[in-house]
Amino acid sequence: MENWLPIFVAAPLGMAFLNLLVTKVFRHVSSYLTMAVVIFLLWLSIRFFGEQPFYYAMGGWMPPLGITLVWDSLSQLLVLIVSIITLAVTLFALPYMQQYTAQSKFYSLYLLMIAGMYGVILTGDFFNLFVFLEIASLASYALVAFGVEAEELEASFKYLVLGGVSSTIILLGIALLYSATGTLNMADMAGILAQGGPKNLIFFIFALFIMGFGLKSAMVPFHAWLPDAHPSAPAPISAMLSGLIIKALGIYCVARIFFIILGIVPIVKTVLMVLGGLSMVIGVFLAVGQWDFKRLLAYHSISQMGYVMVGIGLATPLGILGGLFHLLNHAVFKSLLFLCSGAFEYSTGTRQLKQLGGLMKKMPWTGTSCSIAALSISGIPPFNGFWSKLIIIIALLQAEYYLLGAVTVFVSFMTLISFVKVQKYSLFGSLPKKFQDIKEVPVLMVTGMVILALLCVGLGLLYPFYGQAILESARNLMVEPYQYLQYAMP
Amino acid sequence: MEGMTFIVKTTTKLLIGIIFLFGIYITFYGHLTPGGGFAGGIMLACGMILMTLAFGKRMSLGKLSDFYASLLDNLGAFTFWTIAMLGYIGGYFFMNFIEKSNPFGLLSSGTILTINIAIGVKVFASVFAVFMALTIFGRFVSGLISEDED
Amino acid sequence: MLIYFLNSILFVMGLYCLIAKKHLVKKIIGMVIMEYAINLFIILLGYKKGGIPPILLPGMEKSQFVQQSVDPLPQVLVLTSIVIGLSVMALMVAISLRLYEKYKTFDMSEIRRLHG
Repeated sequence: MENWLPIFVAAPLGMAFLNLLVTKVFRHVSSYLTMAVVIFLLWLSIRFFGEQPFYYAMGGWMPPLGITLVWDSLSQLLVLIVSIITLAVTLFALPYMQQYTAQSKFYSLYLLMIAGMYGVILTGDFFNLFVFLEIASLASYALVAFGVEAEELEASFKYLVLGGVSSTIILLGIALLYSATGTLNMADMAGILAQGGPKNLIFFIFALFIMGFGLKSAMVPFHAWLPDAHPSAPAPISAMLSGLIIKALGIYCVARIFFIILGIVPIVKTVLMVLGGLSMVIGVFLAVGQWDFKRLLAYHSISQMGYVMVGIGLATPLGILGGLFHLLNHAVFKSLLFLCSGAFEYSTGTRQLKQLGGLMKKMPWTGTSCSIAALSISGIPPFNGFWSKLIIIIALLQAEYYLLGAVTVFVSFMTLISFVKVQKYSLFGSLPKKFQDIKEVPVLMVTGMVILALLCVGLGLLYPFYGQAILESARNLMVEPYQYLQYAMP
Repeated sequence: MEGMTFIVKTTTKLLIGIIFLFGIYITFYGHLTPGGGFAGGIMLACGMILMTLAFGKRMSLGKLSDFYASLLDNLGAFTFWTIAMLGYIGGYFFMNFIEKSNPFGLLSSGTILTINIAIGVKVFASVFAVFMALTIFGRFVSGLISEDED
Repeated sequence: MLIYFLNSILFVMGLYCLIAKKHLVKKIIGMVIMEYAINLFIILLGYKKGGIPPILLPGMEKSQFVQQSVDPLPQVLVLTSIVIGLSVMALMVAISLRLYEKYKTFDMSEIRRLHG
């Protein structure tokens, strides 16, 4: 089984180039090729599910000399999230992207982005992490500007400048880590640092990584690019950016590097929690006043990533569990909300909430999915968002952070207000005259949204059946990071 | 008359072959001397760019049109991937499956030579394609580049 | 030590150019300077004064070779990072050309149709 691990990166990477070759002869096959790869990767990640942790040495060079890919419980969680969301988004993209030209280039960039994300998740080598991070980021910069309208280009340039700065800072951190330990293999480095490294340098590296990955995951002082970049992209890409990129490139790297490799220290926990709390509050306050549907969702992404950061930064077993669970849930419902906004735009041609209204009657499937996602993000009981927020709040109260717990509840309430507004103006109310003859979106788009809506309901209620295998094992790895040394190196 | 003056054109004609030869040499001997696919590919692309500057873009597009540039670009990347996958079939991803022998010879390093050639082709085609895309696009942007008469 | 200090000045110069200048092309230049400062820093990490190339020739003592030779790994890393920097720069130039087409200006302070 372990021989299959590099296929996660190799399949989308190879298909990205094959795609462009094939479409020079046969047009219109790129979407089907992409679909085939995505389904194959989902099958692969389900087959890998529950495997014991192991490492794969690229090219037969054993670690710590060669580059490794590592499969463990934290990678497993992220790989499952990426596979499932990618499937739903690709289903949605097949009809949606018909309105754009140069589809083969779109699918190539899309596959490169997927390859980069799998690479970041699976790699066991620091410089390789940087390379895959750049592959995914570069593809996403280009995809944000895919429509080549004025606003999209502006957003993409902003994203590019800030993303470039963050990559540079991360590279500086990696270089300093290399100078401190003399190795780039993550497990080797963790072993060396566990015996005591240079304290001051490690603090400086923490600061650099907080800046770099904070920019990638749009924590509040570094969030300026996100509300421009995420709404400007085509809807499937918005769903990928908000649902996966900021998690795989931001939060996952924080979890992997801070907790497992460097070893978390109290002051960094505090910084992470402060950043998370600020993101929660400021994100939601900026979101409430928005009338552009996708921009509102983008601000909510900042706010919800704050929840994840608070949960992970708390670093108690329950807090990390809540953070990871909210990461999973946020990937599902935020992708769904962006897909719904794309569906509204596909049918009506606008995403201004004030111009919409009464779409529930005309588009019942989209409308129902949108309501489920809205209830889920605002934390209404049977849906998944409620449970993860509840776990985070309980963890905060157990650790005696009463003020932060109260803030968390308050932010959840503000989220509810803002999504009541969304539902009132888009789904209910009176249908404007010009939208009298709109139709439900094509069946593939509906399929993609319904899959995610079912997950929204199922992830909350079926937690006892899958929680132990997926979330709690990942939590155990983060709480007891020395396990990593046992399987990531010979 | 497209392009630059007679002096530049003559010098380019004299130099261009040497530049290409040196780029190919750097690509092929990447495993023995400093250099490799990327450096060699950049040199080849610079040769093409020099030709574009001296003779105008119609000439260099006649040698390598944008369609074939992007085809070569993808072909290079795909060849690289195929070599990696052949190694995968033999045991490990990126495994060096060709026998290594004869130190300091051209065929001494297994797959590294083929990988260097693939990268060289890719970098050559893609850098040239990027340059041509920017020049072709720049002409549509009014006021950025003064229109020359041709 | 001085050389690291000069290197950090180069980095800060790039960052200043990226933040303070309004012209898009100057921003790109600042970005590139910043990336090259980091690349130079990584090369300096592996540098030794009076070092020899990291090629083990026949007839060399292994221990002496390890002491004298420069660290080859940072050079490999820098090659990769240069390639990445090149592609970032190409994308930035392409986007700024497109921006010029849409807005008829390279001034970033006039390119603000997005706000909030």
